[in-house]
Amino acid sequence: MAKTAIDRSKMQVSDEIAIQITGMNKWYGSFHVLRDINMTVNKGERIVICGPSGSGKSTLIRCINRLEEHQQGQIIVDGTELTSDLKNIDKVRSEVGMVFQHFNLFPHLTILENCTLAPIWVRKTPKAEAEETAMHFLRKVKIPEQAHKYPGQLSGGQQQRVAIARSLCMKPRIMLFDEPTSALDPEMIKEVLDTMISLAEEGMTMLCVTHEMGFAQAVANRVIFMDQGQIVEQNEPREFFNNPQSDRTKLFLSQILGH
Amino acid sequence: MSDTNFVRTEMLPPVAPPVSQRGVVRWLRENLFSGPLNTILSLLAVAALYYLIKASLPWWLNGVWNATSLRECRDIVAASAGPDATGACWAVIRERWHQFLFGFYLPELWWRPMLCFALLFVALAPVLYSDSRRNIALLIGAVTALLALCLLLLDTVVLHLVVSVGVMLALLVVAWTAPRKLLWVTLLYPFFAVWLLWGGSVWGPITTLLGVGVMAIAYRLVAPSLGVVMGSSIGFVAACLWWLFAQGPLLAAVAPALPFDLQPVTSDKFGGFLLAFVIGVSSISISLPLGILLALGRRSDMLLIKTLSVGFIEFVRGVPLITMLFTASLLLQYFLPPRTNFDLILRVVILVTLFSAAYNAEVVRGGLAALPRGQYEAADALGLDYWQAQRLIIMPQALKISIPGIVSTFIGLFKDTTLVSFVGLNDPLKGITQIVRADINWKGIYWEPYIFVGAIFFLACFGMSRYSMYLEQKLKTDHR
Repeated sequence: MAKTAIDRSKMQVSDEIAIQITGMNKWYGSFHVLRDINMTVNKGERIVICGPSGSGKSTLIRCINRLEEHQQGQIIVDGTELTSDLKNIDKVRSEVGMVFQHFNLFPHLTILENCTLAPIWVRKTPKAEAEETAMHFLRKVKIPEQAHKYPGQLSGGQQQRVAIARSLCMKPRIMLFDEPTSALDPEMIKEVLDTMISLAEEGMTMLCVTHEMGFAQAVANRVIFMDQGQIVEQNEPREFFNNPQSDRTKLFLSQILGH
Repeated sequence: MSDTNFVRTEMLPPVAPPVSQRGVVRWLRENLFSGPLNTILSLLAVAALYYLIKASLPWWLNGVWNATSLRECRDIVAASAGPDATGACWAVIRERWHQFLFGFYLPELWWRPMLCFALLFVALAPVLYSDSRRNIALLIGAVTALLALCLLLLDTVVLHLVVSVGVMLALLVVAWTAPRKLLWVTLLYPFFAVWLLWGGSVWGPITTLLGVGVMAIAYRLVAPSLGVVMGSSIGFVAACLWWLFAQGPLLAAVAPALPFDLQPVTSDKFGGFLLAFVIGVSSISISLPLGILLALGRRSDMLLIKTLSVGFIEFVRGVPLITMLFTASLLLQYFLPPRTNFDLILRVVILVTLFSAAYNAEVVRGGLAALPRGQYEAADALGLDYWQAQRLIIMPQALKISIPGIVSTFIGLFKDTTLVSFVGLNDPLKGITQIVRADINWKGIYWEPYIFVGAIFFLACFGMSRYSMYLEQKLKTDHR
C-alpha cells in the first residue's frame, strides 16, 4: 500500500514532549467512553491508533484539540493545558492541525480561500502572504491547478489533500488525522497516504486514527491499540504486528489482516 | 474460442439522439398530450383560458382614461361600444394616482420621496450586486434616468430637479470609480432618508448618527478586553444614554445656530405606497440581522440567552400581527417614560420589525440546523473563534440555504404593511382606496383601484422573488 522507499533521515523523535495525557476520563452521559488514558507523545513521533469501532480512538484524538471535552485528568498540548479557558483552547487549536474523515472543506469558498481563511483571520497574516503559503502547500499536495475551483468540483482524494493543505497552512506543530481515508474509494486512498507519508518524512508530529495497516508498518514509530475506551496495547509496529501480546489485539489483527 | 471471451478493440464515440426525440413536437407530446388524462386536462385548460379572455377582454379594451367621474366613464363606454358593453374606468387612477403613491404628501414636496426611493436603489446596489461594478452602475444609471423623467413630468422646481439628479449622478460616478465606497451610502441612507421624508433640521439625523458613533467607540474600547457580547451591550447602553440625555441639549444648541432645514412633514400626511415602502423597507432591513441574532441565541449554550430568545420568538409568533399593531398605536405609550412622544409610523415599524424578526429567526435556524456538524468542527479546529466562525463559515452557508424562506418572510411582511389601515394609517389597499371610493364622483368603483394597487404589489413582490432566484443561482457552489 505505501510507497516503497521512505526517507527516514528526518524522521527523528526528539526528547521534547508534544502531548501529555494523564489519568484522562470521559463520559457521554453515563457511558464511560475513555477510561484512564495515560500517554505521552514526543515531538516528531508518528503514532497510529487503531481498534474496533466504538473503542474511543476518534474521541481520544478529538479531545486533544478540545472538539470533545474531557471530564477528568489532564491534557497538556505543547505546554498549554486544556481547560475551559477559551484563550487556551484557541491557542492549542491554532497549533494543532486536524484532518477529518469527511474532509469538512467549506463548500462556499474556493480551494484557495479554504486554505487562506484561518491564516488571515486567526494568524492575521496579510492576504498576499497567506495566498503564497497556500499555493506552496497546494503544490506540495500536488493540486495547485485546482486552487480556484470549489470543493464540490474535486474528487474525494483531492478534497482530502486540500484538507491536509488547509491544516498545514496554519503551520501546525502537531497533526491529527481522524480516519482520513475511510470515506475514500480504494483508488484515492493511495494519493492521500502518499501525502501523509511525505509529511512524516519531514518530521511532523502525527497522531493518526486509521485502519491502513500498511501505512502503520511503513511510517509509524508506535502503534496504539484501543478497545472499550482504554489503551490495550502499544508497541513499535514490527513487534505489534508480528508479536501481539493481548488476546484482544490478536483477534483484531487476525480479522483486519486475515483477508 | 468461447463466446464469453470478448475484448473491445475500439471505444464508441457519443452520438446525437434520434430526430423524434428532439424539438417542439417532442415537447408538446411529453408535456401536454402524454396520455388520455393529460390530453383532456390540456384541452380543458385551453377552453378555460378562452372563456376567461373572451369574458374580460372587452372590459380591458374599452378602458376609459379621460373622465372626471364613474358616470362619465360609463357614458363614454356606452357611446362607443354599445349600451350593454363593459369597460374599465382607469380615469380614477389618472386623477388619483398621487394619493395611491404619496398619500397626502404635499405635491410641491413629491420630489423628496422620489429622490428617497431612487437613493434606496443606490443604497441597495452594493448589497444586491456585491461583485459586479457593471450591474451596480447600470442599476443606478437606469434609476437616475427614470427619476429625472418623472421629476420633469411632474413640473418639479428647477432647483429640486437639479439637486436630485445631481446627487444621483455624483453617486453614479462614485459607483463607477469606487464601488466599495457605496457601502457608506448604504450605512448613511437610513438617516438621510428620514431627513428627506420627514424634513426638519438636518441636525436631528446627524446627532442621532453621533449616537451610533458613540456605540462604535464604546465597543472598540470594551470589546478587546470583555468580548463581543459585553462590548455590544455596553455600546448599546452608551448609545441609548446619548440619545436620551445628550442629543436633546446638543440639538437645541446647534440647530438654531446653523439652520439647514427642510419643510417638516408630519406622519399623518404619509400614505399609499410611500407608507408601505417606508414600513416595509425599514422593517425588512432591521428584521434580518435581528432574526439572525435571535436564531443564534436560540441555539446558544448560555441558558439565559437561550431562554430569552425562545421566549421572544414563541411569544411573538403566537400573537397576530394586528394585536401587535394595536399595541403599537394604543398600548406602547403606557410603557414609555411620560412625555415621550413616539411617532406612530415609528412605533408601527418597531413592532412589524419585531414580528418578522421572530419569523426570520426560525427560518435562519432551519438553515443553521441543515449545516453538517463537520462545518462547525472544521471551523473550531482551525482556531476560529465563535463570531469568526459564524460570520465566515456558518452564516454564509446557513443564509444561502434559508434564502427562499427569508424572501417569503420579506414578501409576507411587505404585503402585511397593508394591515396598518387598522390603526388609522392610510395604506394603499384599504386606506387610500376607501378614501377614493368615498368621493361622490367615484362611488361604486371596485375593480380599477384594486387592480392598480395589486399590480404594484405584484411587481414589488415578483421582483423580490426573481432576485432571490438570481441570488440562489449566483451562490450555488456545491456543483452537485
